[in-house]
Amino acid sequence: MKVGLFIPCYIDQFYPQVGIATLSLLEKLGCDVVYPPGQTCCGQPMANSGFEHLTHGCNELFVDHFKDVDYIVGPSGSCVLHIKDHLHVDGKEQVATHIRQHIYELAEFLTDILKVDHLKAKFPHKVGIHQSCHGQRGLGLAQMSELVAAPFSKPQQLLQMVEGLELIELKRTDECCGFGGTFCVFEEAVSVKMGKDRIADHVNNGAEYITGNDVSCLMHLEGILRRQKSNVKVLHIAEILNSI
Amino acid sequence: MEHQHKEHSLLAEEFNANEPRVNWHDETLWWVRQKRDKMAWSIPEWEDLREAASRIKHNVLGNLHDYLLAFEKNAQANGAVVHWAADAAEHNKIVLQLLQEQGVKRMVKSKSMLTEECHLNPYLAEHGIEVIDTDLGERIVQLAKEPPSHIVLPCIHKKKEEIGELFHEHLGTPAGNADPKFLTAAARQHLRAEFIQSRVAITGVNFAVAETGEMVVCTNEGNADMGAHLADVHIACMGIEKIIPQRKHLGVFLRLLARSATGQPITTYSSHFRAPKKGQQLHIVLVDNGRSRQLGREDFRNSLKCIRCGACMNTCPVYRRSGGHSYHNAIAGPIGAILAPNLDMKEYADLPFASTLCGSCSNVCPVKIDIHQQLYQWRQVITKEGYAKKTKAAGMHAMNMVLSKPGLYKTAGGVGRWVMRTFPAVVNNGLNPWYKQREMPEAPKESFADWYKKNRKQ
Repeated sequence: MKVGLFIPCYIDQFYPQVGIATLSLLEKLGCDVVYPPGQTCCGQPMANSGFEHLTHGCNELFVDHFKDVDYIVGPSGSCVLHIKDHLHVDGKEQVATHIRQHIYELAEFLTDILKVDHLKAKFPHKVGIHQSCHGQRGLGLAQMSELVAAPFSKPQQLLQMVEGLELIELKRTDECCGFGGTFCVFEEAVSVKMGKDRIADHVNNGAEYITGNDVSCLMHLEGILRRQKSNVKVLHIAEILNSI
Repeated sequence: MEHQHKEHSLLAEEFNANEPRVNWHDETLWWVRQKRDKMAWSIPEWEDLREAASRIKHNVLGNLHDYLLAFEKNAQANGAVVHWAADAAEHNKIVLQLLQEQGVKRMVKSKSMLTEECHLNPYLAEHGIEVIDTDLGERIVQLAKEPPSHIVLPCIHKKKEEIGELFHEHLGTPAGNADPKFLTAAARQHLRAEFIQSRVAITGVNFAVAETGEMVVCTNEGNADMGAHLADVHIACMGIEKIIPQRKHLGVFLRLLARSATGQPITTYSSHFRAPKKGQQLHIVLVDNGRSRQLGREDFRNSLKCIRCGACMNTCPVYRRSGGHSYHNAIAGPIGAILAPNLDMKEYADLPFASTLCGSCSNVCPVKIDIHQQLYQWRQVITKEGYAKKTKAAGMHAMNMVLSKPGLYKTAGGVGRWVMRTFPAVVNNGLNPWYKQREMPEAPKESFADWYKKNRKQ
């Protein structure tokens, strides 16, 4: 099984450790992973801002980079969802369709394709899960609190395999953190307030770490935590699943 | 770009100046959302019910023309007079004419978001007619000279102490009394006097049944009944999308409406108005006001399924923290943000961006409107029509240029991170909205691509 590693632009630039953890986790689980060099961005920042018509350059690049792999896996639910919903390229629609149908966020790739049922990982800390909306409501990584339906959570399923890790309960299980792409700067006041409220929920329930499947949300929460000089840290789920 | 109003982000920032108040507003509406969840979970077939409602409305929207004509015919057979209004101006004119025929200068109105949308009250005031809103929440905001901030809970932004002050000023209640029971009793006394005198009553409509020509109005206070039964003339104003095919479909919608709206099993009153009583006139005003245009927009057609429950507002993390008035539209929140651009794309160009696209709205919607997807689509339409801010457009073009060229992306990323490490003040300053209340991420020396090149064979 050939897996193409998709490392979104801001992870590449600001959170290389998340890319490294994702890569080594997949390698440990026996995947043949390639990282096509020259990849940039899924195009979501433009598209969510109303400029989807500008994203053909990003789309072309994405199709060219990931045309030869069986699966595409990325550590960001939001970017994966964007590709799944919006990747189209004139003249290359067959490849684009294959990519849309075979792209996975890391956690769902682990639970649904690799069917991971145990992990050699240790993380003796109290951890709160931040359910990023696009992963949860878009990709269906976990049940949504609005629906009258049976609960499940793929990230939780994986974190429960980690030795010593204690998951904390939250008052609001799946409220948005307020990152929202360019929303975080164009609607700065509400964005920060939403982030502060999410953090308070984790802190009040004893979290030492906040983890999630989307670095973008974590970057936003981390920015607020650091401004608050809080001891609470953020870690992408790959970093925890890869910890020994 | 000149707007009549400040944009959502600015109004939201002003709302956030008082953080304890934002917390209170957020908690109050979250409590309503939780009540809704409890009620939904009390019905095992809840998700099927939503699906059924959505499909009934789908049928309605596909056959609206026929259902409207059937409704008109049946309503006329019941003795009602049916009026058609193409837009808000026509609607207001029709209502004014009916009032002038009666020679009234003052009349009661029960809750109707349509008349808010048409700005009926100020129009009638200009013509010397005073409207008394009889829904308690609406009366409160009316006394405060404010528009409703929520379609179901119009004065949810007001604390009881503020209501006490308003009542003291306008209704003569003792200063400092903010006891909700006492204030409600005072409002009741005040409104009874209005009901008894009023010869004309306006109501909204929740559902209009094509099969029977009847209308259903849902209230908790019975104010629609008080108004309509005591008056000589009842004027019911409704958007053309309020039609449902048959009476039996009420069983679906009435189960969903109050549960979604306030977490009640059903509203206290579900009043059916079919025929005028002897000597009374019943007028029904069917209003388009952009609805048929929205019906023609394939991506946004489903927004007309809305039954005005307000669940999307209660669940919206942005609405709860920015307040209804920040949407500067009669209908606030996520549903308002997909309805408003149809009425005036330039004026409401900011609203589809007042969302993180988290998707919670679509999940609570009792008629399954894909609200967050429509918000995304409106962003594309608004941008293409040229209503995006120039600064944003320039930024997006620059971003696209970098992200479309791997070499440029690599160089720009490396240089950018170097600048952030070496001269942090370039980004850590007041011009950067991120930095205002958040630290910037740390800029590592090596990107993932750099690391990969060094550590893995290619």
